[in-house]
Amino acid sequence: MIHQPEAIAETVTGIPNGKLGMWVFLASEVMLFGGFISSYVVLRTGSSFFPIPAKELLGIPLATLNTFVLITSSVTMVLALDAIQKANQKGLIRNLAITILLGFCFLAIKSYEYPHKWHEGITISSNLFGSFYFTLTGLHGLHVIGGIAFNIYILVNAIKGCYTQDHYERVEYAGLYWHFVDLVWIILFPIFYLL
Amino acid sequence: MKKTYLIVFGTLAVLTLLTVGVSYLHLNRAGAITVALLVAGIKVSLIAAFFMHLKFEKKVIHGIFYTALFFVLILLFLILPDIGF
Repeated sequence: MIHQPEAIAETVTGIPNGKLGMWVFLASEVMLFGGFISSYVVLRTGSSFFPIPAKELLGIPLATLNTFVLITSSVTMVLALDAIQKANQKGLIRNLAITILLGFCFLAIKSYEYPHKWHEGITISSNLFGSFYFTLTGLHGLHVIGGIAFNIYILVNAIKGCYTQDHYERVEYAGLYWHFVDLVWIILFPIFYLL
Repeated sequence: MKKTYLIVFGTLAVLTLLTVGVSYLHLNRAGAITVALLVAGIKVSLIAAFFMHLKFEKKVIHGIFYTALFFVLILLFLILPDIGF
């Protein structure tokens, strides 16, 4: 018998405390990014001086590649959850490992991109665009680092065999956070690179 | 479920290529913004609905998420008229 921890005991809402907590946290994250993104949109449409760098300087191909990296990591994350729901421990570990690797891949491409932009004169203090670009992608990058840390914690526990077919809640919560990070990038990508 | 996840993944990939492709077409400003935001909106909805299982969640979770979304939309659209839109 597996001991059922208190966190997944019956609740008034019928939703496990962990899941409810994660969604409330994600709602607060929506407001955090929402505040920054809306100020970007308002200033960009309303400011009389908002220079947009030429498309060639922004490096759309690399950013597109990064979008694919994050989308793929999102699908491997959900496949990890799918694996443990079918009692497939190896699938869980493999898919989690790929997700973490892709997370690092995203950061590697970003850390190549940043100095490239500095050389082209796009810095956090160059103008409004640069300021918003580095604030928002930087904040998103910190979330990617946080997500990788969360996923590594889950992977270590998975290798120890902490998760089973009836006890996989934490894999699900880590997934929720990781998908949210992906979701934010999907919004940042068009508003900074394509428009 | 695995099949659903892979279909969603395929759709996300196609939509990414589509939105990047359209950005090179030099549409007018309104057209470009419409396409980019529409595609991003569909992608975000797909991820939330299927990867985050929002489609299968109870009403309480929907309530939390849509409340945040509602206030972000206020931040975005209630300020825009002030700057001449």
